Amino acid sequence: MSNSGDGYMTADGRKIGGVMMEMKNITLRFGGVKAITDISFDIREGEIRAIIGPNGAGKSSMLNVISGFYVPQEGEVWFHGKKRAPMRPYQVAQQGIARTFQNIALFEGMTVLDNIMTGRLTLMKSGLAAQAMWWGRAQREETEHREKVEKIIDFLEIQHIRKTPVGRLPYGLKKRVELARALAAEPKLLLLDEPMAGMNVEEKEDMCRFILDVNDEFGTTIALIEHDMGVVMDLSDRVVVMDYGRKIGDGPPDEVRSNPEVIRAYLGVGHA
Amino acid sequence: MLYREAGDFKTSYVKDSQTFPIKADRMAYFALLAVAFLVVPFIINDYWANAVAVPFLIYAIAAIGLNILTGYCGQVSLGTGGFMAVGAYACYKLMTGFPEMPMLLNVLLAGGITAGVGVLFGLPSLRIKGFYLAVATLAAQFFLVWLFNKVPWFYNYSASGQITAPERTMFGIAVTGANTPAWAKYLFCLVILVALAWLARNLTRGMVGRKWMAIRDMDIAAEIIGVNPLTTKLSAFAISSFFIGVSGALFFAVYLGAAEVGEAFGINKSFLVLFMIIIGGLGSMFGSFAGAAFLVLLPVLLKNLLVGGLGWPTDLAAHIELMIVGGLIITFLILEPHGLAQLWRVAKEKLRLWPFPH
Repeated sequence: MSNSGDGYMTADGRKIGGVMMEMKNITLRFGGVKAITDISFDIREGEIRAIIGPNGAGKSSMLNVISGFYVPQEGEVWFHGKKRAPMRPYQVAQQGIARTFQNIALFEGMTVLDNIMTGRLTLMKSGLAAQAMWWGRAQREETEHREKVEKIIDFLEIQHIRKTPVGRLPYGLKKRVELARALAAEPKLLLLDEPMAGMNVEEKEDMCRFILDVNDEFGTTIALIEHDMGVVMDLSDRVVVMDYGRKIGDGPPDEVRSNPEVIRAYLGVGHA
Repeated sequence: MLYREAGDFKTSYVKDSQTFPIKADRMAYFALLAVAFLVVPFIINDYWANAVAVPFLIYAIAAIGLNILTGYCGQVSLGTGGFMAVGAYACYKLMTGFPEMPMLLNVLLAGGITAGVGVLFGLPSLRIKGFYLAVATLAAQFFLVWLFNKVPWFYNYSASGQITAPERTMFGIAVTGANTPAWAKYLFCLVILVALAWLARNLTRGMVGRKWMAIRDMDIAAEIIGVNPLTTKLSAFAISSFFIGVSGALFFAVYLGAAEVGEAFGINKSFLVLFMIIIGGLGSMFGSFAGAAFLVLLPVLLKNLLVGGLGWPTDLAAHIELMIVGGLIITFLILEPHGLAQLWRVAKEKLRLWPFPH
């Protein structure tokens, strides 16, 4: 790893490691529309990195570039010190990057347990024939992974809905199940696209607690998009601010908050 | 109370993930198996075998196959008849080409060949979905029927264009051909059905099944958590076609004995099996059985009732029967769009609390 030596200490005393993912001069176009223009930033090992910006700033597009949905026309994505070739989303998942979606993308017809078990599929190895026989390795593996999944279920406090089909759950719980499914993959990097959208204050507090706990207990690096400024400023170690596809700020929350360009983008100024 | 879930605690994850987690269900299942294997073969006669038992067993295999593809993996297929024809013709060519080969192997190899053909026609599913995929599989249906009609090699250049199953024995007892005893037909199909249903159940409750369902419920999310859409969809096509191929082979060799492709494996077959899984319940093993039973038994029942019971003329009864079956299908779909399996589930949930309403 090229930059692994340097790091920094956060305000609450956690040690942040070297660069895990680096976006270099990313430009993404849809036909004539530039969604992202020449953006560079990095995500360091163990940190909570936020991407903020007004609607249409290109935040979700950025996340989609990281998770492989979009291939940028220009720029490079570096992960663990290696340049990443353009790849399909499932290959990105196999590299240890998991994500949740802005509008929940769960498997509605499956139970909570099956949804979360699906999250572990990149870690399961038994073949088709073994699974068809439900014998030996396949059955052992199923049980082992079930144990891991049960830990995540305990961690996110969703034991009571284990066998409920996801389609029947209320919104807040669905969000939590989606987080559980992403966590089940034991990701190195967890991408959260508006994890608190549409939640009430209590649910938001729960979700904040879970995000901090995930980062603290599993050491998972987290990159999140969020609109609730209070949440972002409290949770994140460093913030990237985007507006109209450009990066207009990057740094610790306090620094970003006082950045005049950021204030202009969010509050607007009179065109005198 | 005979049937209850309360107090039936699981102490290990293995026990929790078994096929019939509820003890009463498990006992009913074993009882049913015992009757099917130990009682029915001794009392079955030609009428019951040919009108009810054998077609039910064979359609159940086809329904499980289509349910894997459509119900579990969400890929609509109208090519079932065509794939059954592949199974039938593959079985015929194997039976006539290698007379020494055991019949069971013929049937399984026919399934394997159908799996290959299924993968080939499944390739479009990587680009197209829903109705468009249905149209692509419809093309498979017509192409395959045309192919088996057009190329004489497939029916060994017989003058009639039909294929006829020669006699093949297992353990000295005929399982195909004119001299097959009713119980042998029944047992042969039953063994294959039970084995295949067991495999299908294992696949659908494990990771393969979860991948299929993930693709069905939301393919984008499935891909983001690491499901490879290519291998997942094609594995569904392969395994589904294997089941359908086996059912086609049995349908031709054991049930019909002689078949003409357009008549035996036309588009009607595709719709019939599709109706079975829709009425039975998409994405449910129980539904595959229930749907097959419903559509096989109902016409027999109605015929006996109208002709035998009320003494109506046969032709009138045949028409009325079609109307009643059609009407029932529509009524069913309006009352319970998720099929018989859902009715069964709801009934079980009610039974948990019975006799209390809440």
